[in-house]
Amino acid sequence: MSEELRPLSLNVPEPGCRPGDTPDFSDFEIPRAGEVLRPPVDVAADDIRDMAFSIVRVLNKEGQAIGEWAGAMTPDELRTGLRHMLTLRAFDKRMLMAQRQGKTSFYMQHLGEEAISCAFARALRPGDMNFPTYRQAGLLVAVDYPMLTMMNQIYSNADDPLHGRQLPIMYTSKEHGFFSISGNLGTQFVQSVGWAMASAISGDTKIAAGWIGDGSTAESDFHAAMVFASTYKAPVVLNIVNNQWAISTFQGIARGGVGTFAARGHGFGIPSLRVDGNDYLAVHAVAKWAAERARRGLGPTLIEYVTYRAGGHSSSDDPSAYRSGEEASAWPLGDPIKRLKQHLIAIGEWSEERHTQAEAEIMDEVIATQKQAESIGTLGDGKVPSPRDMFEGVYETMPPHLVRQRQQAGY
Amino acid sequence: MTMIEAIRDAHDVAMAADDRVVVFGEDVGFFGGVFRCTAGLQEKYGKSRCFDAPINESGIVGTAIGMAAYGLKPVIEIQFADYVYPAYDQIVSEAARLRHRSNADFTCPLVIRMPTGGGIFGGQTHSQSPEALFTHVSGLKVVMPSNPADAKGLLLASIADPDPVIFLEPKRLYNGPFDGHHDKPLTTWKKHAEGDVPEGDEIVPLGKAKVTRKGADVTVLAYGTMVYVAEAAAKETGVDAEVIDLRTLMPLDLETITASVQKTGRCVIVHEATRTCGFGAELLSLVQEECFYHLEAPIIRVTGWDTPYPHAQEWQYFPGPARVGEALNTVMED
Repeated sequence: MSEELRPLSLNVPEPGCRPGDTPDFSDFEIPRAGEVLRPPVDVAADDIRDMAFSIVRVLNKEGQAIGEWAGAMTPDELRTGLRHMLTLRAFDKRMLMAQRQGKTSFYMQHLGEEAISCAFARALRPGDMNFPTYRQAGLLVAVDYPMLTMMNQIYSNADDPLHGRQLPIMYTSKEHGFFSISGNLGTQFVQSVGWAMASAISGDTKIAAGWIGDGSTAESDFHAAMVFASTYKAPVVLNIVNNQWAISTFQGIARGGVGTFAARGHGFGIPSLRVDGNDYLAVHAVAKWAAERARRGLGPTLIEYVTYRAGGHSSSDDPSAYRSGEEASAWPLGDPIKRLKQHLIAIGEWSEERHTQAEAEIMDEVIATQKQAESIGTLGDGKVPSPRDMFEGVYETMPPHLVRQRQQAGY
Repeated sequence: MTMIEAIRDAHDVAMAADDRVVVFGEDVGFFGGVFRCTAGLQEKYGKSRCFDAPINESGIVGTAIGMAAYGLKPVIEIQFADYVYPAYDQIVSEAARLRHRSNADFTCPLVIRMPTGGGIFGGQTHSQSPEALFTHVSGLKVVMPSNPADAKGLLLASIADPDPVIFLEPKRLYNGPFDGHHDKPLTTWKKHAEGDVPEGDEIVPLGKAKVTRKGADVTVLAYGTMVYVAEAAAKETGVDAEVIDLRTLMPLDLETITASVQKTGRCVIVHEATRTCGFGAELLSLVQEECFYHLEAPIIRVTGWDTPYPHAQEWQYFPGPARVGEALNTVMED
């Protein structure tokens, strides 16, 4: 045998487009609205394998709602959804600016991804629990969590419900079905499965929803969550928000050789599907379907939301260093707010005038709330909770060594 | 009662008293655990309260955190302490921090049990004592019993505790009191006073050490298996040592420690874990800070060596009575 051995080389995937390149999404296959059918909720995972490679879409280019996933929401509900997304966008704009003005240390916006958390929230019931990442504040906005409290948390002021201990935007509200955001990646995906298992163990009727980004699906905890969800048929909806970018790393680094993130569910026997994350109606319809499956004891569902992170990863990030500035506008699934607005106008339930007016009203409300929060204090002006607070709540009862340390620190 | 039976009994008492107590881990359900600590619980309480888990420690702890946040009280087993590292992120970044970062909106009443320490020829993957990796983390409690009665009482206290507890079980002590010598016959727990485990739900409070041997000349701080080594060393050297079984490492019963060292003026610290940055380093610092002017001699640490836990050389790694005895003699010379 004289087989010639050639040196091996390492495959490091690259995104299609870097700064200076012209974005090209021509090989990104987008099915027509209505093309992907709606299976019964008790469908077997194997029978919908193709759904992990397609995309559920409801709104077409003309703003019409098409197909089996359409028709679940009334015009009133849709207007409410639009209001939530507009609120989140206005809120983000003001808070990002507040960070730039030195009023807080850090901020993370949702630009382009508003439909996902805002629509999903409307598919759950009171008592259900989300285990969100840092880009799902729509889950709070859409269940009327007080905006003032969110701002107080962002400013770490005297009314911050977390007493200045946690980073801005890492909200917590059990009452609003919003688990405490850790800031670690992937860890909470598996906790959502545990919470759902607890509901089943207790004979309860509540369900959980786990959230993870495309990049963090590479974490071991993603695998752990899938195994446990699959084994115990946990009543949980497992959500992957694929916004194409994990800070500066394009989704292909985490995805590897598999075609889509949703396809990861196949190895676990979990019904898995992709949805247009910029289509409010599609997100809501798929979330409802998955929530019903969980609630009826049919087990977990894996959903990949195909979207685009139109802004930076956080206030500390500058995307122009690693991706084309035109990529966001070239993104073929459009903007979620524009698309819902177009739909409402198309069905005669909205107008440009009403939209402009709503935007102005919402911005006024956000600004008024911001003034109120800033009158309480901001991290920038130093009106923050007492250092005494850092010693509280490490344990339910403060152990002697912490009492001593607190006294040593002078509090 | 053996320590295994005592641990099983504690589970039984807690599960009978409170439906929210759920037990799971690798091989924990049908079989009852590789050390049989959960034997019979699935049969008695059903599969949804005692069940087998996939081999995924971060998944076991991660799901347990979700369950605790829901309102259950998970008592989970990591098959060997050496296997806990995949779960370290969940323990450190999640379980330990949940109360603080959410201002108690969510809490994590969770017990993570794990067989610990060497003495069964387990080699480097079934012998470790990782207590210092947990005492270093704010928000955790860390417990290590040395006998069946304490194992039951401390486990019940841990289950009742509102915060996450790392419960380390010295596996060398599971089946019989280890009298400090690996090459001498064991007495069984049946013939040992501490094998007499009280019935019912009596707890042993966390944060309270116990003086297991009264003495006037030197204080020996020990926990788990090392309590017996310390006692054997004291007996064999004739040094009038006071042996303190710490029982809970976090929160630590500093009062009992300082009272004893201030009385004896000497201190030897013993643990099986590796030496550098071991829990003994913290104990030594505390004793120095609290008792410096009472000390007659430098404090000595006797610990495992800074090597992986070896297989064939297990008993040369293990800080046995000869090494502890030598330390007692040395500390008495000053």
